[in-house]
Amino acid sequence: MNSVALPADSPGSGHAHSHAPGHGAGGPATKRIVVAYGFWIYLISDIIMFSALFAAYAVLAPATAGGPSARQIFDPNSVAIETACLLASSFACGMASIAVGQRSMKWTQISLVITGLLGFVFLLFELREFHALVARGDGPTHSAFLSAFFTLVGCHGLHITAGLLWLGTMMAQFYAKGFRRDIQYRYMCFSLFWHALDIIWVAIFSLVYLVGMNL
Amino acid sequence: MSVQGDIAPGYESEEGEGREGIREGVRSYLLGLALAIALTLASFGVARTHIIYGPGIPVALVALAIAQMGIHLVFFLHITTAPDNTNNVLALAFGVLIVFVLVFGTVWVMAHMNHNMMPMQDMTGMPQLTRPGQNE
Repeated sequence: MNSVALPADSPGSGHAHSHAPGHGAGGPATKRIVVAYGFWIYLISDIIMFSALFAAYAVLAPATAGGPSARQIFDPNSVAIETACLLASSFACGMASIAVGQRSMKWTQISLVITGLLGFVFLLFELREFHALVARGDGPTHSAFLSAFFTLVGCHGLHITAGLLWLGTMMAQFYAKGFRRDIQYRYMCFSLFWHALDIIWVAIFSLVYLVGMNL
Repeated sequence: MSVQGDIAPGYESEEGEGREGIREGVRSYLLGLALAIALTLASFGVARTHIIYGPGIPVALVALAIAQMGIHLVFFLHITTAPDNTNNVLALAFGVLIVFVLVFGTVWVMAHMNHNMMPMQDMTGMPQLTRPGQNE
């Protein structure tokens, strides 16, 4: 292929200061950058949706309707384990990204299994917490505070569940189709999704659990 | 411009990154992990400590959370100031603006309404309102 961009010393290109895509030189942005940008827009709209749930929680947190308050139901140890699992899972996902860059099937699959297992343990602890609350009669129907809490944290849990299904799909696709470009772009989107979920969990454990335990 | 082989515009080479990329990549993720762990421990520490002035704890937790989100964005999501990342940074800036307007706007408006609302006890003595068209 001949070059898409003008050579730097041609009259049309003017300044030779930037050959980076997107600055009017260097040709169209690579597919990788365009795909990542599109998925990034989705992630930001997802974060905006979560911010609406956070706002609802912040408003409804004092409305306990005679039921338990945040201070009475949160278990710091469970939250600490969930946080550790998700952070380690995010790190393992990063290791898988490096393995994909190296076209190493063994390390890609190992890293992705670790990523998935840690995500699964996170989900188990969250379900355990939800189950204990519902069993005590403190389910989402009890008060506005509990409704908002279950909606916010449950929505994050649903995202993690969807992410685990996506993770399994990615492992199968790497196994069956190898390191094809389109599979790599899918994996890149998955890794962005998984890291973004960890960012949302940072907000949840700080603003919902830790602040809640201090109120 | 060098000849790139028969790759369509917008695609990158089929071959993987060089071996020298491994060490660099792992180092970057490890650094991000270490910083995230440090900030997480700080958050849990702040939540349990009695050294800090009580009402200051939520403020400290918010500050630590925002710092940790920044660490995640830089080390895990690879948001940089490179020219090929300008669009991502602009989209992120717009997203952050919307998030702040939404969260602070909601909390502010609802707290204000809550403050100005008539206490519930006073409304019990009011005459019962009947809906128009409702026959008794």
